[in-house]
Amino acid sequence: MTVKTANGFSLDDSGRRVVVDPVTRIEGHMRCEVNLDDDNVIRNAVSTGTMWRGLEVILRGRDPRDAWAFTERICGVCTGTHALTSVRAVEDALGIAIPENANSIRNIMQLTLQVHDHLVHFYHLHALDWVDVVSALDADPRETSRLAQSISAWPLSSPGYFRDVQNRVKRFVESGQLGPFMNGYWGNPAYKLPPEANLLALTHYLEALDFQKEIVKIHTVYGGKNPHPNWLVGGVPCAINVDGTGAVGAVNMERLNLISSIIDRTIEFIDQVYVPDLIAIAGFYKDWTYGGGLSSQAVLSYGDIPEHANDDSAENQLLPRGAIINGRLDEIHDVDLRDPDEIQEFVDHAWFSYPDESRGLHPWDGITEPDFTLGPNTKGTRTRIEQIDERAKYSWIKAPRWRGHAMEVGPLARWTIGYAQGIAEFKEPIDKVLTDLGLPFEALFSTLGRTAARGLEASWAAHKLRHFQDKLMAAIAAGDTTTANVERWEPSTWPKRAKGVGTSEAPRGALGHWVVIGSGKIENYQAVVPTTWNGSPRDPAGNIGAFEAALLNTPVARADEPLEILRTLHSFDPCLACSTHVMGPGGEELTRVKVR
Amino acid sequence: MSAASDSPRTLLLGIGNLLWADEGFGVRVVEHIARHYRFGPEVRLLDGGTQGIYLVDQVRWAELLVIFDAVDYGLAPGTLELVEGEAVPRFLGARKMSLHQTGFQEVLALAALLGDLPERMLLVGVQPAELEDFGGSLTPGVRAMIEPAVAAARDWLAPHGVAWTALAQPSEPGALADLPHGALELERYERERPSAEQACRSGDARVLERLRED
Repeated sequence: MTVKTANGFSLDDSGRRVVVDPVTRIEGHMRCEVNLDDDNVIRNAVSTGTMWRGLEVILRGRDPRDAWAFTERICGVCTGTHALTSVRAVEDALGIAIPENANSIRNIMQLTLQVHDHLVHFYHLHALDWVDVVSALDADPRETSRLAQSISAWPLSSPGYFRDVQNRVKRFVESGQLGPFMNGYWGNPAYKLPPEANLLALTHYLEALDFQKEIVKIHTVYGGKNPHPNWLVGGVPCAINVDGTGAVGAVNMERLNLISSIIDRTIEFIDQVYVPDLIAIAGFYKDWTYGGGLSSQAVLSYGDIPEHANDDSAENQLLPRGAIINGRLDEIHDVDLRDPDEIQEFVDHAWFSYPDESRGLHPWDGITEPDFTLGPNTKGTRTRIEQIDERAKYSWIKAPRWRGHAMEVGPLARWTIGYAQGIAEFKEPIDKVLTDLGLPFEALFSTLGRTAARGLEASWAAHKLRHFQDKLMAAIAAGDTTTANVERWEPSTWPKRAKGVGTSEAPRGALGHWVVIGSGKIENYQAVVPTTWNGSPRDPAGNIGAFEAALLNTPVARADEPLEILRTLHSFDPCLACSTHVMGPGGEELTRVKVR
Repeated sequence: MSAASDSPRTLLLGIGNLLWADEGFGVRVVEHIARHYRFGPEVRLLDGGTQGIYLVDQVRWAELLVIFDAVDYGLAPGTLELVEGEAVPRFLGARKMSLHQTGFQEVLALAALLGDLPERMLLVGVQPAELEDFGGSLTPGVRAMIEPAVAAARDWLAPHGVAWTALAQPSEPGALADLPHGALELERYERERPSAEQACRSGDARVLERLRED
């Protein structure tokens, strides 16, 4: 039976059910169920976060100045973004202004994360949805060399170089250690790249793996260490002393120069390897137009990368802030994270309980009470679910809504808003990619469009790194080396009770932390993370979330090889570690795919 | 510093998430080592947390690699078990216990793919008793294995000339740049934990019931 959702999608759960659990190559654990019609087209999609998240509750009663250190540990990917969002929330609550240099350094930390995360996501988590590794082993390295030289000036492009890489990977595979290439659906007809393009992408998989270590050195310098860089309420915990020498202590001229050189090389790598590869691969998938989901209808961004310190206006954010609903790109709505009527979380389809589940709660009033119950149409047992009942509660992810609308967040959301605002640095690269590929504007709203926006954003972020590093150097040259404001460090200077909100645009989308401080301690802490938006279950009005919407109407080549499902889910760069929380050693490495 | 050049590059790596009870074992061992010993420049101590791909480069640097982690060996809780060499990857990620984006098994595979697997590897693993206590600390039986884990690593490294200098006084918590932030230091982390009434500590019934079945 077909039903129409409140946000305009048709669902039909009568066909064969395919269960993918866990979805691999993501951070955290998730499960996905779809119904296929007789032509193997997805007509119903159900996204389930299979872990419970408890970040909020372990922060109660702790010192708000320490919250960042806990939030940084929740996840192995966006560590710094959580820390940044946390210190912003606490500063907002306590009315703490930060120095201009701290703003520049925080932006550099955040942009570094954007570049690093996007690069690693593209090559090491997402590329294998488009690139057939086994086919690469049959490529003619001379053809790969010709292809490489036709798309980029990147110097590592000789036939001999590609032959060496091919032999190295062959030896690796022949030795039986498939490693990262285990569990691939090699040979699936949904792979469209010729062997020489597969070899090019595989080669850059290895180069990117080697190069990413350079990018994160920026975190080591400004964050004092990596992994788990240090942050500070009131600024950044790194002192600047240009005359300093030696390896310990303040950031000196030698380290500032090191960062500058890393930024130059990062720009080169992104613009000469990542972006050309992205466009070359997309060229072979122009017919694969699926996966748009909510992106052409409803997108949200909180904005980030403030040009100046302590100015929260939308105009000051280099990554744009705004909301688009009902597909109206000509109308960008303001977003107010404090307004109790704007952002609300619903739990009638999530494994939590509220006193009244027909209503949503603003995060400042958020409740995190676990309630694991299953609907009457569940198949299997409580511990071994064969098929979930999506009419009842079915996920550990809450359903956040903006003025009642399910929203997509992430690079495509940010770039769509920037494009709709007519900002040249977003509009021109999108137009150029579409023109080069000979695609209409609507093609942007697709799985490939999401993946392309991420690549363009990696380039944007790399160039913005240069901007903020130059700005910092200019301030230092002018004698300003202040990096922290400690006037309100002591709890005795704080109000008895205070509420604050901190936001950022994490690589995978809008991130908000809401904190309530009472008598110097955390009373309530709620985080609404990007994958809560994208991976959300249904709500009382029947709206489906971004993952579910994006999977609809996609044809699947082989029902027992969910390559197309993974392709679209991966395009969101899901991170369920912080949207949900694992409770034990489940999750075998091998994905179970059950067709019923 | 050049005097150390004949000693092998050695990485002492703790992995896992210290917010999940015994999952924090590896990081706590490294914290303990850092507070009680000093090393030459050829030895690195690393709180790897739940990092994935970032650790590939650290692993590639090492000639000798010692990994401390909570490992599901299927043994009695609190059992310390050593695994050496090629057998190590099998025990890391066969049942994925952490949210490592890239299971550590895959980190080793990526290092191997780049041709830089450490020459010798030792896994010092403890069988966890408790993983479902969110915001909790090590259980007593697992905590008691911290010092034996350090001793096991010292014994294994001894033939390779790795020098451990014991400090007369352990360094102050939070004073070491390379360690978890002071708020996460073991004793303070435990002392400031919200009560069970304040903070729900248990979770997904499917996993809890599955563990009971096993």
